[in-house]
Amino acid sequence: MASLWQYANPQKFLQTTGAVLPVLAVLTALTLVVGLVWGFFFTPDDYRQGATVKIIYLHVPSALMAINAWLMMLVASLVWLVRRHHVSALAARAAAPVGLTMTAIALLTGAIWGQPMWGTWWAWDPRLTSFLILGLFYLGYIALWSAIENPDAAADLTTVLCMVGSVFALLSRYAVNFWNQGLHQGASLSMDAEENVADVFYIPLLVCIAGFVLLFITLVLLRTRTEIRARRISALLARERMA
Amino acid sequence: MIPDLGKYAQAVIGAYALSIALLVLLVGWSMWRAARVRRQLNEIEARRVRNG
Amino acid sequence: MIALLSRDLALAVRAGGGFGLGLAFFLIVTVLVPFGVGPDSAILSKIAPGILWVGALLACLLSLDRIFALDFEDGSLDLLATAPIPLEGVVAMKAAAHWLTTGLPLVLAAPVLGVLLNLAPAAMGWLVLSLALGTPALSVIGAFGAALTVGLKRGGLLLSLLVLPLYMPTLLFGAELVARGAAGLATMVPTLMLAGITLGACALLPFAAAAALRVNLR
Repeated sequence: MASLWQYANPQKFLQTTGAVLPVLAVLTALTLVVGLVWGFFFTPDDYRQGATVKIIYLHVPSALMAINAWLMMLVASLVWLVRRHHVSALAARAAAPVGLTMTAIALLTGAIWGQPMWGTWWAWDPRLTSFLILGLFYLGYIALWSAIENPDAAADLTTVLCMVGSVFALLSRYAVNFWNQGLHQGASLSMDAEENVADVFYIPLLVCIAGFVLLFITLVLLRTRTEIRARRISALLARERMA
Repeated sequence: MIPDLGKYAQAVIGAYALSIALLVLLVGWSMWRAARVRRQLNEIEARRVRNG
Repeated sequence: MIALLSRDLALAVRAGGGFGLGLAFFLIVTVLVPFGVGPDSAILSKIAPGILWVGALLACLLSLDRIFALDFEDGSLDLLATAPIPLEGVVAMKAAAHWLTTGLPLVLAAPVLGVLLNLAPAAMGWLVLSLALGTPALSVIGAFGAALTVGLKRGGLLLSLLVLPLYMPTLLFGAELVARGAAGLATMVPTLMLAGITLGACALLPFAAAAALRVNLR
């Protein structure tokens, strides 16, 4: 009986990911290097933005992954809530620092890009502001995980926080939209937009996005393995103390 | 070797350097922790086997 | 549930802490701002909505960890959890008591502090309205944060880290409502949004908070 749920068994998860991880790591490195080198060395400058357009190959993928990491955490938390699979809760925990780093990269590259283009490092623009708030949510989530000792209670409480946080993060997104019309341009990647990014930029950008997605998956698998082992260590130590 | 980035060279190189540094930190930290936890677990497992 | 509410109110009033403390803090924050910014009344009246709202928010935050912590320590929270009323109701009553002891005094004191900060007279009514609409949300969201962190030893700092991002929409619409009121612009949208956030939070968050409490009492 092959189904997704068999990976809820920590042993099975460790086995399978142990086999997959090296392949995935090589693939990630390859895609990222190809994408970033292509983006950095072999793309033309934009006629308005000059060379700063090259920052897009970091900015857009990291911003995408910052949001998707939160979504992944939400899904994993819900799986934990419904089916009580520990691996799922640990995967949510493992994803949070990766998401936080992605948020930081998106904000930092955005600031560096904004400086020459808008003449300011930071503006209280809806997109920037909601990313900052997303970063705060990541911080709170990580802090709550590390503050609670009982692992099951920690998983439950962070699940509740993740669900409430998702609602409030969405709410904040629309609230800041109302609050301030921004400097930031609209979506650069949408299916129906007339005015999309031109192909010369688009294809290396897609490679970079694929690289960031792969990087996220690899890191989350690696970190989930670590969390499973850490959990086993604390269980064994507790048993030794009891004996 | 480095392409002509014009007057924005600093910004572009800075953005790349910063992001890559952050990514390397994240990957390095994850791998370091993975190795440490794995070693710890192996030690404890070995001790358990020895002690029966 | 009424008995629980009056018990919490009596405790808050007699123990002295919660009732006056938040209010005094609010007063001090608003009085300190002109020293930091300078006595220019044009600047003060421009930033007054934001200062008053941030002050109210921080004053609320100050007493949040008391919502559940005291009852958790002396064990009465366990009794409440096994009592015949639902835990969601307990949470709602606790939040209501918190609002009556911190939120409501803030609403009443705000016009006085508004005068101190040179808030436009036209905005006074909007200030009171926005705080009256917004502070219940602060109490309910705070009760949720307090429920998450109730068992923790160093919960206070974590509580503010968890709760402050959740306060963001309320703060934004509240301050925006006052600022628009002061400038004589249309205030319908922020009023409705503020009321919507408060009602939504009051309707849904007690369930989340009760779920968190059950985990913490396990």
